[in-house]
Amino acid sequence: MKRYVYIDDDETSHELYCDNRISNRKYTVLNFLPKNLWEQFSRFMNQYFLLIACLQLWPLITPVNPASTWGPLIFIFAVSASKEAWDDYNRYLSDKKANEKEVWVVRKGVKKLIQAQDIYVGNIVWLRENDEVPCDLVLVGTSDPQGVCYVETSALDGETDLKTRVIPPACMGIDDELLHKIKGVIECPSPDKDVRRFDANMRLYPPFIDNDVCPLTIKNTILQSCYLRNTEWACGVAIYTGNETKLGMSRGIAEPKLTAMDAMIDKLTGAIFIFQIVVVMVLGIAGNVWKDTEARKQWYVLYPHEGPWYELLVIPLRFELLCSIMIPISIKVSLDLVKSMYAKFIDWDQKMIDLETSIPSHATNTAISEDLGQVEYILTDKTGTLTENKMIFRRCCISGISYGNENGDALKDVELLNAVSSGSSDVVRFLTVMAICNTVIPTRSKTGDILYKAQSQDEDALVQAAAQLHMVFFNKSGNILEVKFNTSILQYEVLETLEFTSDRKRMSVVLKDCQNGKILLLSKGADEAILPYARAGQQTRHFIEATEQYAHLGLRTLCLAWRELKKDEYQDWSLMFKEASSTLVDREWRVAEVCQRVEHDLEILGVTAIEDRLQDGVPETIETLRKAGINFWMLTGDKQNTAIQIALSCNFISPEPKGQLLLIDGKTEDEVCRSLERVLRTMRITTSEPKDVAFVVDGWALEIALKHYRKAFTELAVLSRTAICCRVTPSQKAQLVQILKSCDYRTLAIGDGGNDVRMIQQADIGVGISGREGLQAARAADYSIGKFRFLKRLILVHGRYSYNRTAFLSQYSFYKSLLICFIQIFFSFISGVSGTSLFNSVSLMAYNVFYTSVPVLVSVLDKDLSEETVLQHPQILFYCQAGRLLNPSTFAGWFGRSLFHAIVVFIISIHSYAYDKSEMEEVSMVALSGCIWLQAFVITMETK
Amino acid sequence: MELDGGSSSTISTGARTIPGRPARHGALYQFTQQSLPACKPVLTPKAVIATFLLMGLVFIPVGLVTLRASYSVVEIVDRYDIDCVPEEYRSNKVAYVKDDSISKNCSRFLKVPKSMRAPIYIYYQLDNYYQNHRRYVKSRSDQQLLHGLGYNDTSPCRPLESSNDLPIVPCGLIAWSLFNDTFKFRRGPSELKVNRKDIAWKSDRNHKFGKQVYPFNFQNGTFTGGAKLDPSIPLSDQEDLIVWMRTAALPTFRKLYGKIEEDLDADDVIVVNLKNNYNTYSFGGKKKLVLSTSSWLGGKNDFLGIANLFVGTFSILISIVFLVLHMKSPR
Repeated sequence: MKRYVYIDDDETSHELYCDNRISNRKYTVLNFLPKNLWEQFSRFMNQYFLLIACLQLWPLITPVNPASTWGPLIFIFAVSASKEAWDDYNRYLSDKKANEKEVWVVRKGVKKLIQAQDIYVGNIVWLRENDEVPCDLVLVGTSDPQGVCYVETSALDGETDLKTRVIPPACMGIDDELLHKIKGVIECPSPDKDVRRFDANMRLYPPFIDNDVCPLTIKNTILQSCYLRNTEWACGVAIYTGNETKLGMSRGIAEPKLTAMDAMIDKLTGAIFIFQIVVVMVLGIAGNVWKDTEARKQWYVLYPHEGPWYELLVIPLRFELLCSIMIPISIKVSLDLVKSMYAKFIDWDQKMIDLETSIPSHATNTAISEDLGQVEYILTDKTGTLTENKMIFRRCCISGISYGNENGDALKDVELLNAVSSGSSDVVRFLTVMAICNTVIPTRSKTGDILYKAQSQDEDALVQAAAQLHMVFFNKSGNILEVKFNTSILQYEVLETLEFTSDRKRMSVVLKDCQNGKILLLSKGADEAILPYARAGQQTRHFIEATEQYAHLGLRTLCLAWRELKKDEYQDWSLMFKEASSTLVDREWRVAEVCQRVEHDLEILGVTAIEDRLQDGVPETIETLRKAGINFWMLTGDKQNTAIQIALSCNFISPEPKGQLLLIDGKTEDEVCRSLERVLRTMRITTSEPKDVAFVVDGWALEIALKHYRKAFTELAVLSRTAICCRVTPSQKAQLVQILKSCDYRTLAIGDGGNDVRMIQQADIGVGISGREGLQAARAADYSIGKFRFLKRLILVHGRYSYNRTAFLSQYSFYKSLLICFIQIFFSFISGVSGTSLFNSVSLMAYNVFYTSVPVLVSVLDKDLSEETVLQHPQILFYCQAGRLLNPSTFAGWFGRSLFHAIVVFIISIHSYAYDKSEMEEVSMVALSGCIWLQAFVITMETK
Repeated sequence: MELDGGSSSTISTGARTIPGRPARHGALYQFTQQSLPACKPVLTPKAVIATFLLMGLVFIPVGLVTLRASYSVVEIVDRYDIDCVPEEYRSNKVAYVKDDSISKNCSRFLKVPKSMRAPIYIYYQLDNYYQNHRRYVKSRSDQQLLHGLGYNDTSPCRPLESSNDLPIVPCGLIAWSLFNDTFKFRRGPSELKVNRKDIAWKSDRNHKFGKQVYPFNFQNGTFTGGAKLDPSIPLSDQEDLIVWMRTAALPTFRKLYGKIEEDLDADDVIVVNLKNNYNTYSFGGKKKLVLSTSSWLGGKNDFLGIANLFVGTFSILISIVFLVLHMKSPR
């Protein structure tokens, strides 16, 4: 399916496509009541309770007062309905805010200020700096003469660096005024959720340009919810609007989450229901038989000879109502109550307050605490979750001299400061490379401070460090870079940028020193990508030693190098480079090859060491949780190398030879298939060995694997305890969660950025870190915590206790209702199987509410083991994971217990009254107090 | 654990600086941090053995005392429903009992086995009589019993809420089927005085049955059930009715008829003159007359004593088994 977007032509798009109104709402005012009721009644338990409540309205069969069922039922429904309504109202408010934001739009050649919801496909939308993009646009113009603009896409993919977007060549050089009148057609695919791909064509109508079709890529678009940065203005044609934008399409509807325990309780409820039906059938038949054989002889009962048509049903239905308490209505209320208590305990926990920001942990979803105790897989984001997302320049080694070894901070090393102030040439060159061998854009804030917009945090750290060492990169205008060293201003002209790729593992810039006209090649990159190309004769031994030393400390190292190019050498090479960059086939490979030709004979200047600080306690947390039998997957949008390095430093994977990393890569289907097969084979072999095997996969290979080899990949997912997925998109993250969930694993997703939102919503439990990348993840998550290390406490303490408590509470609820119910059943055998209730409504209600539901609430404070014990021996969590405390066999135990207790109570109370007055009320009170004492005894014994 | 200790100590310093938090001590703080004091008994073998032993030592004496009390009760039980039917009607007892023209008088001779001290309670016992049948239990109107005709809604009394388009007081199956055998006792020549007052619960008389409520339109239907009531006596004084209306939970039950307030000596012969009116023949129920003294624990019932003895012995046995196991393989 294709869509044709006619630029600035409202009429056609009005009919075909929706407006830009965003709606995340689930209900409208009119359909709220029916829809909500429908949803609530799609749960089996609710249907059951409604049926019982309706049956109770028939006085002929009801053993107790119908109000005892209707009251709680209405209460429960009202509570959950109003909760839903409140949530939906908040969604409505936030939608409204987004929809009523005002934007400039060109319509019929006139620029107008309209509300964002009135944008139609084909409108030309004008944005100013720092505006949020209201819908998906194809760029047609920017303030930049080169046709470049910068956008921040963190809401889309979580990457905080700026991305460059260019206007399509066809629109290049169109005057501002003419942009109002631009006409044309864009042929683009129907809306999809792929934020990395956009294959479209544009054709402008005369007089703008000839009729050539101009291809468009994702580079030519700016997508909804990005921010325009460092660009005065930009304008674009709306192609997807409203909920049809790439973001809107990828925004999954958050489904209500159901815990494994809830599912189990539902299952057990079903089993009890079947048991109940069987009991009712048996007793109903027995009752009818007894009635016909015996009761008609009992003259005092005065049975009519001819009953109404429904006579046969009366006794079974009576028993149905009598047995209806087998499924306690109170279980829902008390579970909701204790669950909200668990959530409150998480909110209150002083050991989970982030001290830096004083933000306490918060449980947004109050219903799923038990699942925390049953987590089997944790899928974690890297940046900002495991790390602090703060890169800091720590050490360096310049021409053999190491700085920063003593105090761990080169910027405070007196020797380095002396070297800088004395102007030693090696150091100055080193600083120059640090400052300008990058793609950083310096900007000025309102107060005049220089802010750097960097694609990677490493570059940012280097430039910052250089600035602190008096080499300040302060301006970039076009190709001219301006650097201030001490007091002198140096200018450089960028001739070429040899971009970083993960294959080359280095980047270089070729620039002209405007002071003396020399042409320089500045390079920086991983040690294995730089050191082999050192100029002949240079000693690289101490650089290798330095990198090893730094890597050992968990620092990220980069080697810096430079070379002076001769003019003719540069010119020859420049031609080749231009040709290579404009090839259509194998461009990346060709460019790399050409780069290779100039990146040799380098003079190594030194090594930098940057610290991407892990958050406090991350390795310990991961180790503890892994001991608890939880598997970790790291899903990151970051580069493979960085991901592996971080994984190593936080105990995620063990270094060789204890651990082994298996790589799945490849660009084509065949390659991916082969490497997948290989990895699978190795996995199958090594599962028996005590070796830490992890697989590494990148986004591209993952996409192919998920599309074509889903089965093999699923098997791999089951086999491997650890995985690193790099360069993955938000929707791939969600897909991975989906795969693990489809294998019936309990998954927990933890992340901090907007790109983690989908995974967080998809996972059984979503945990958001309220971190630097904003609060999006924390808001979408079920739990928000300040630091990764709190996860340990969240799972081992709160999750485990919640699981234990709920397991007890739910089974106990069934136990105490079954206890009463069994007594009623036994009693029916001595009351002519007529469905008499031994207990009256008041005592039944009192038993259910005061004597059992309330006292058992103390179990929210129940602790089987102390927190310290659990944290010291995380293996104890296996019990929870395997669901040892709530499963059919434990339930059978409770069932048997209630049967046994019922027999004991019944026999004692009946026999003590045998051959006596045996007044019904007395017997019932004795039996009731027997039950109350017994269940109180059970609570005391079971809570610890 | 090194880390854990470190983090908790930093947090304890931080907790003071964060405003709006409960104080570090006090119940509320302990509650929010889930650190309320708790007692955790450890089940060591010794403690378990001691507990069972103690249980046994408590239960056995209690059982013995209970049994003794039960054995001190003297009870005379006499089944009269068959013997009181004349020979010629034995084949069709129902016809006999339903025929009002036949005299229902009957005499029974009871021999007192042991001396019985006053008060001696007189019960009638019915077997196979389902006073707990749902249809029967529900067929009464407590409101009407208290307020009489002033209370109009007698629908709970179905199927006997009215007759001849007039409401019945007291309505319902229970009242309608009121037991109507009567007993008179003689020891030798003299008549034994039977006190028929104060046989019902005082609370029932005072609060559940109206003092101003008189029987009305009772047993006037085509189908007569049990006893008739004197319309001039208020319900609160109709103690037989009050006793009867306390339905029994078991199909075999006793109801208090009256008290003999004289001691009976061993080998005394009591003559009972009874009117065998009540129909238990149609459903094969038995009727018995019971004379019983009482102990501090009530009537004769060995069950509680035996149960206590059983539990006590069982606990001691278990404790011995555990002790042996513990001696053989101590931990």
